[in-house]
Amino acid sequence: MSGRVLVGVKRVIDYAVKIRVKPDNSGVVTDGVKHSMNPFCEIAVEEAVKLKEKKLIKEVVAVSCGPQQAQETIRTALAMGADRGIHVQVTGKDYETLGPLQVSKILAALAKKEDAQLIILGKQAIDDDCNQTGQMTAALLDWPQGTFASEVSMEGDKLKVVREIDGGLEMIKINTPAVVSADLRLNTPRYATLPNIMKAKKKKIANVNPADLGVDLTSRVEILRVDEPPQRQAGVKVETVDDLVGKLKDTGRI
Amino acid sequence: KSYSQPKCLCAGCVITVTTYGFICSVPCLLCVAASYGLTDEQKEFQKVAFDFAANEMAPHMAEWDQKEIFPVETMRKAAELGFGGIYVQPDVGGSGLSRLDTSIIFEALSTGCVSTTAYISIHNMCAWMIDTFGNTEQREKFCPDLCTMEKFASYCLTEPGSGSDAASLLTTAQRKGDHYILNGSKAFISGGGDTDVYVVMCRTGGKGAKGISCLVVEKGTPGLSFGKKEKKVGWNSQPTRAVIFEDCAVPVTNRLGEEGQGFNIAMKGLNGGRINIASCSLGAAHASVELARDHLLVRKQFGETLSNNQFLQFKLAEMATRLVASRLMVREAATALQEGRRDAVSLCSMAKLFATDECFNICNQALQMHGGYGYLKDYAVQQFVRDIRVHQILEGTNEVMRMIISRNLLTES
Repeated sequence: MSGRVLVGVKRVIDYAVKIRVKPDNSGVVTDGVKHSMNPFCEIAVEEAVKLKEKKLIKEVVAVSCGPQQAQETIRTALAMGADRGIHVQVTGKDYETLGPLQVSKILAALAKKEDAQLIILGKQAIDDDCNQTGQMTAALLDWPQGTFASEVSMEGDKLKVVREIDGGLEMIKINTPAVVSADLRLNTPRYATLPNIMKAKKKKIANVNPADLGVDLTSRVEILRVDEPPQRQAGVKVETVDDLVGKLKDTGRI
Repeated sequence: KSYSQPKCLCAGCVITVTTYGFICSVPCLLCVAASYGLTDEQKEFQKVAFDFAANEMAPHMAEWDQKEIFPVETMRKAAELGFGGIYVQPDVGGSGLSRLDTSIIFEALSTGCVSTTAYISIHNMCAWMIDTFGNTEQREKFCPDLCTMEKFASYCLTEPGSGSDAASLLTTAQRKGDHYILNGSKAFISGGGDTDVYVVMCRTGGKGAKGISCLVVEKGTPGLSFGKKEKKVGWNSQPTRAVIFEDCAVPVTNRLGEEGQGFNIAMKGLNGGRINIASCSLGAAHASVELARDHLLVRKQFGETLSNNQFLQFKLAEMATRLVASRLMVREAATALQEGRRDAVSLCSMAKLFATDECFNICNQALQMHGGYGYLKDYAVQQFVRDIRVHQILEGTNEVMRMIISRNLLTES
């Protein structure tokens, strides 16, 4: 076992920013807007670094797909304790249409190239909320998956994953190599420390082209239009329960 | 990092709820953003400091103020990130960063709690003094624990009879064998009574600055006691007490540098301290400008939001302009000090004078813009005003800053 973990980290609009739709409804405004690492990706990095600190794995490799700015996100992962980074360069139109299918193809190719034992991803990104990349990557690699993980432990070459599901918590045991996707309660990501930020400068980030990995970036999805959520309408006060039931029936709610 | 605050990350829902409401966790891209012109690495330091301020300090800022809590655990968490000895050398546990990096960090931390950040900066100043002027034994004995904040430090210069006229201090240190016997008292000591390591300027020789030495006194030394905890308008998350010496015996090996060097050490510490305090004012002013701006966008009178009122628009523009001007002065002073430039001392004094005055006015105007709400303790802006008011007074009053600057201009060289 290589003892190597790949962690995917995505650069997204910072969670605290008020999102605005572009005037032409083709997408959201990203120019000049504050970006950071997807919060679930932070949790994924933290879990990988914790596994390394417990000496259960040997190396944490942070991967990000995107233009030059993706390197900032990788640096944050390095400052949290990842050992090295891989920047998969995707720019322009390719980047605008980059989605879970393409990313999972990239991650699958890298996992084979790097002989990874484990892939940890955030369960979803807060910009597109797809919640697909982990699952697709596992399928492409034909690896087991432990998604929505709120607890991960290694038992020999098996992985015990506690998953948050609608009905509660589910505990599964899967073989490695495997894909895990991190949910909110998996851990609390550490702050980068000043010394680690300085050390991160010296860690290596390799540049890779999707073409070199044999990945076709063509999107199968075309975004037609992006709109703001409907403005909240004023409510109506009703006097009696009968009025309420009547109104609900009128609007087709029941 | 605490994710207990945003309710649901997936929905991109925003608000970090603090005791006061919403402070500075919105990443700032306005013209007053603190990150312009910084290197990538400095932006990383700043990000950690902002995150720490938003998550670990801002939610408690009001409670620490109202209950006068000295947040030891939070400060130790900050020290784990390297904030305990930011410009102390790494070989004794410091982070080895520059004065500019330090200014950026304190400015960011201050948005979470001015009072606590100001204490952290005083602690840093003391750690630096020991790091820079201490011998190997002293550095190894004191600095590591100060950098982790296992131990806390206080800077003891001011006395009941000597504030601005610091060189006239009366606390004596009489040499007796391998000890100095200290007698006297210090006033207004930040952290006094709760801290462990006291960097004390005292008189070993004759009158004036040349008779002053610097001694490190440890808590628990017989003859060291403290006055009552002062009740203050602000800076309530740090206790302030008199520090009293009654035949307090301190080993000669605790003296930093040579006899007679103490005043010089104290002043060198203060150059950096002034940049740090000014940086804390910057953070408060920035937070206040954002709070005022948010209020103007929401509050309606005369049928429209206050943001449509030209007087308030212009006032806000002036506040922003003076904030950026202050920041530029402080950062330039930090760079000058780091490089050992000839104008460093004057520039530090100018920056402290300008920034603390301007930033207080900014916070005060931000309070005014809130109307009656600004006067309520439910709103953060009043705490920023109260907390930074003292920055115009300590670490050298703004009047003393004028003395330093005019002396530079009028002394024949």
